[in-house]
Amino acid sequence: MVDVRSGIGEAVPPAEVEDVELYHPHSWWTRYVFSQDAKVIAIQYATTAIAIGMVALVLSWLMRLQLGFPDTFTFIDADRYYQFITMHGMIMVIYLLTALFLGGFGNYLIPLMVGARDMVFPYANMLSYWIYLLAVLVLAASFFAPGGPTGAGWTLYPPQAILSNTPGGRDWGIILMLSSLVIFIIGFTMGGLNYVVTVLQGRARGMTLMRMPLTVWGIITATVMALLAFPALFVACVMMLFDRLLGTSFFMPAIAEMGEQLQYGGGSPILFQHLFWFFGHPEVYIVALPAFGIVSDLISTHARKNIFGYRMMVWAIVVIGALSFVVWAHHMYVSGMNPYFGFFFATTTLIIAVPTAIKVYNWVLTLWRGDIHLTLPMLFALAFIVTFVNGGLTGLFLGNVVVDVPLSDTMFVVAHFHMVMGVAPILVIFGAIYHWYPKVTGRMLNEALGQLHFWITFLGAYAIFFPMHYLGLAGVPRRYHDLGDASFVTDSVHSLNAFISVAALIVGAAQIVFLFNLAWSLRHGREAGGNPWRATTLEWQTPETPPPHGNWGKELPVVYRWAYDYSVPGAPEDFIPQNQPAPGRVTHEAAS
Amino acid sequence: MSAPLKPSSLETLPRPSGLAGFAADWASDQRAFKNVSWGKAMMWIFLLSDTFVFGCFLIAYMSARMSTAVPWPNPSEVFALEIGGVHVPLILIAIMTFVLISSSGTMAMAVNYGYRRDRRKTAALMLITALFGATFVGMQAFEWSKLIAEGVRPWGNPWGAAQFGSTFFMITGFHGTHVTIGVIFLLIIARKVWRGDFDTERRGFFTSRKGHYEIVEITGLYWHFVDLVWVFIFAFFYLW
Repeated sequence: MVDVRSGIGEAVPPAEVEDVELYHPHSWWTRYVFSQDAKVIAIQYATTAIAIGMVALVLSWLMRLQLGFPDTFTFIDADRYYQFITMHGMIMVIYLLTALFLGGFGNYLIPLMVGARDMVFPYANMLSYWIYLLAVLVLAASFFAPGGPTGAGWTLYPPQAILSNTPGGRDWGIILMLSSLVIFIIGFTMGGLNYVVTVLQGRARGMTLMRMPLTVWGIITATVMALLAFPALFVACVMMLFDRLLGTSFFMPAIAEMGEQLQYGGGSPILFQHLFWFFGHPEVYIVALPAFGIVSDLISTHARKNIFGYRMMVWAIVVIGALSFVVWAHHMYVSGMNPYFGFFFATTTLIIAVPTAIKVYNWVLTLWRGDIHLTLPMLFALAFIVTFVNGGLTGLFLGNVVVDVPLSDTMFVVAHFHMVMGVAPILVIFGAIYHWYPKVTGRMLNEALGQLHFWITFLGAYAIFFPMHYLGLAGVPRRYHDLGDASFVTDSVHSLNAFISVAALIVGAAQIVFLFNLAWSLRHGREAGGNPWRATTLEWQTPETPPPHGNWGKELPVVYRWAYDYSVPGAPEDFIPQNQPAPGRVTHEAAS
Repeated sequence: MSAPLKPSSLETLPRPSGLAGFAADWASDQRAFKNVSWGKAMMWIFLLSDTFVFGCFLIAYMSARMSTAVPWPNPSEVFALEIGGVHVPLILIAIMTFVLISSSGTMAMAVNYGYRRDRRKTAALMLITALFGATFVGMQAFEWSKLIAEGVRPWGNPWGAAQFGSTFFMITGFHGTHVTIGVIFLLIIARKVWRGDFDTERRGFFTSRKGHYEIVEITGLYWHFVDLVWVFIFAFFYLW
């Protein structure tokens, strides 16, 4: 039974802050390039992230060519292969997923969804993008530096990332990588402070925290986590730069290289692993929580039903965010740390399954008896749920110490994290782009091309990553350039590797269809109008589409209800926008 | 830096006190922290993030110190000075700490005069604060050169664990950078106060927004934070 309340005629509180004065651009440069408008900054962030992401995509192709058809592509030698896996991992996790979710979607959606004119500090917001761009350029420069990029693996474990004769530490690659990360963190902090303050202190009249769309909840929780987790990576990068450049021994034990005793001594490689994973595990949820939030809104909008258990969804996001800070050492079961730690971290890791399961059940219960429209955003949202459940289940395997130890450093791990934090969030990114592209450009993306893109990507991702679980159980190690003729490697492993590689090439090519769709629809897409999905949230209620600088015209919106008034009995339409004061005030809000 | 408050509408709002007030604020619209401007909120959140940076540095240092297999140099002796033939342990650090704590006092006074819109006294006190800060950095430079002259390097020292020099230069260097940035900000804001920017509502060069005397307090928050961090560095590095 839905408890529909009506007639709660409470008044919206008066404005506490005067309307802000915006910076008005004077020239083409300040309007489109050095813009202080969060929406332009969002598009700059997204474009840069997708551009560097394409580099990572090509790197994954090259890796798959080597794994599927060893000895065929001689230019992919072992050193290059390590460089490819390192750059692919780092670009995808930090420079694509983090930047696109927080810098891209965060910048575009936060001010619009909470009813603000812009971020609270537009100038710092602009700096954030340009510093991010600098970080990307420094990273990309390592492809052209002597010795090429670092081949240390994206985890950059010392001592191999510091020694001068390993793929990790040779020449300039590792220095550029660490510098780029430091620059990225500085830039991100400027943007992140903006997102947090905008949500906490810059909302519209009537927009309480518990009326915010879950998209904002996901992005903001992830931003807070990033502000607290990136410092550990920052410190680790600074210390490793000193180890490499000044000869300190923070992470370096007494060690010999090429038969020669080095000057290092007394440092702890495990300390680096602790610092890295204190950042690294929250990072998983930094890319997952925005995806959780966005997918909740996509499902609710396209199933024409209020999200099931809104309050529990909010608290689950917050609890996952908090718990993710006390699970980091489950990445280190085989590192040689005190075994009792494994017991503690396995327990906390498995506890995370509880709030995560709440979210999955609530998505499914939102769909249940909903008016499901199989639009492109909905297809991607459904694909996300399935993929996330698959990836999450293997997480239960790897969270347990005794199961994890034999599976460590096998392809099973690769399959797990690609499913859960690679494919799943990227499916949400696609769904979100199909959903919000009409607001950004005023035109719909092409449906036929979108269907083609969806089915190849969705089914292809399973063709790639499902067999990898089997490879891992068969004992195939990850990060091996060439499996060689080891006796445990069966013929089926080789044929599966070839199959996976073909699938990866096809899925990669499907992304070109997507990019073509983005460009083509800009001019030739169907006119979208202001609210093509008949959605309730504020960004669809702007007076103009695409929204101009300042978003709202003369009057700021006033919020009268939560974001999920779909199919309310007694309402004239099947959605009621958040800024609509209904006579008698029919809403589902109190029911959640 | 922040949108001007409209105190009249705030004072008319009935706001419960205590825990109920906290819950009411977080359940309300527009702002979770009532009466807190954007600039101040941002500085607090930044300081929280920066706390994690210093926390990681200090924890890394402690883990290195606890796990070292060779003796750790005795800080009381390393940081001792001969003054007039008398051997005084930790004297320079004591003076540095005194200078920095005093600068927090003058900073607090500057904030007070800022809210009274007393241009000259505010600017003068900020300048004194900056001077104290610069003195601190100067003494740190002296300490660094003394240690370097005695043979301490980031990769080794004559008395024991190499990590002593590594962590010392890294942590005091990072803190000294914070103090230096603080001094630069103090000078910039003091100039604006002196010129009367916050009375004439002159717009910022970069942001083209009007400034307020509140920026003195926001600068003060940063300054007190840097001061507080020093107390922890002092306790964990020099007194341990």
